[in-house]
Amino acid sequence: MADPSADESGSPAGSVARSLAGPVVPGSLAEIFFAFARVSLMSFGGVLPWARRMLVVEKRWMTAAEFNDILALCQFLPGPNIVNVCAVWGSRVGGLPAVLASLFGLLGPSVALMIAAGALYRAYGAVPELSAALTGLAAAAAGLILSTACQMAEPLVRRRPGPAHVVAAAGFIAVGILRLNLPLVLLVLVPLSIAFAWRRPQRESPDEK
Amino acid sequence: MKSEPGTLVVLFVQFAVLSLFAIGGASTVVPEMQLQMVEIRGWLTDRQFSELYAIAQAAPGPNVMFVALLGHFIAGAPGAIVTTVAMCGPTCFLAYGVSRVFARFRAARLAVAIQAGLVPVTIGLIAASALIIARASDHDWRAVMVTAATFALATWTRVSPLIALAAAAVLGLAGFV
Repeated sequence: MADPSADESGSPAGSVARSLAGPVVPGSLAEIFFAFARVSLMSFGGVLPWARRMLVVEKRWMTAAEFNDILALCQFLPGPNIVNVCAVWGSRVGGLPAVLASLFGLLGPSVALMIAAGALYRAYGAVPELSAALTGLAAAAAGLILSTACQMAEPLVRRRPGPAHVVAAAGFIAVGILRLNLPLVLLVLVPLSIAFAWRRPQRESPDEK
Repeated sequence: MKSEPGTLVVLFVQFAVLSLFAIGGASTVVPEMQLQMVEIRGWLTDRQFSELYAIAQAAPGPNVMFVALLGHFIAGAPGAIVTTVAMCGPTCFLAYGVSRVFARFRAARLAVAIQAGLVPVTIGLIAASALIIARASDHDWRAVMVTAATFALATWTRVSPLIALAAAAVLGLAGFV
């Protein structure tokens, strides 16, 4: 599959020109809806890179700096990041109608697709052939999330052992092995982790994936 | 399929609360969903949970769509809509409100600390999600092999995850898993 960020890295001059040009205002709510619906239906394995490409490169509804700015804010906030990006961007560009248009575009077709997939699963999930294929699929999905976890942990593993390592290990054990209540675990771990980070400021690029 | 209003209300409340604790995206609350839906309420089996998770991964769209699939399994189409709205609505309002208050996000020391502080927590939770999904998916050594192979492909090559998913489904169909 094509790398959605591929065509930006090539021409620094082009991206400078783009950022100087400033963001374009979306033409209509329908345009917003269809742009997000398209992103949602063509993005396999994570929407953010495709949403970024659409917003920053294709439609130029946001500058690259603006996108990073909004994403950084959204990574603070709980909930799906892409949904929060829609809320923040929509509110800046056209208020509540723009927020709703982007969210209906992003989520509507996907929910319909999930309902169709769910209905098929309920009807045929126990058919031996499909059940066998799903067993393989589920095993592969486990490998994918394992890979995500390891890739996220890599920068941490490279650092000298410190409080961050303890926090990550504690979160894993408390939620994954002891199966403690998530809100409880977060209410303890998040303030602790922020306090550690406050005492020992670490330069970490939020853009790094 | 229990589509009575009571189930929808429970689903809504559960996912709305869950969404407020979904730091670092929807993947971090997978263990809590499994705990609530499978272990506590018994609405579906561990195997069904992992299969639905896999279907959501193979489909296009935001990762959060897993909740729509769960909602559908538990309470039909209304369930899918209720879980999606509950998972996205409250945090959406929060983001909307916060962005109104802070016109521009600044890299103040506290902001940097919060961001840096959330990273290790997220890592621990995603790892826990991986464990929960792997435990539910890997019934025998052949499934473990598929998990390991997919892990290796996704970690050390640029092969599309979709190809790995498709190959694993075909292996399963052929009776290897």
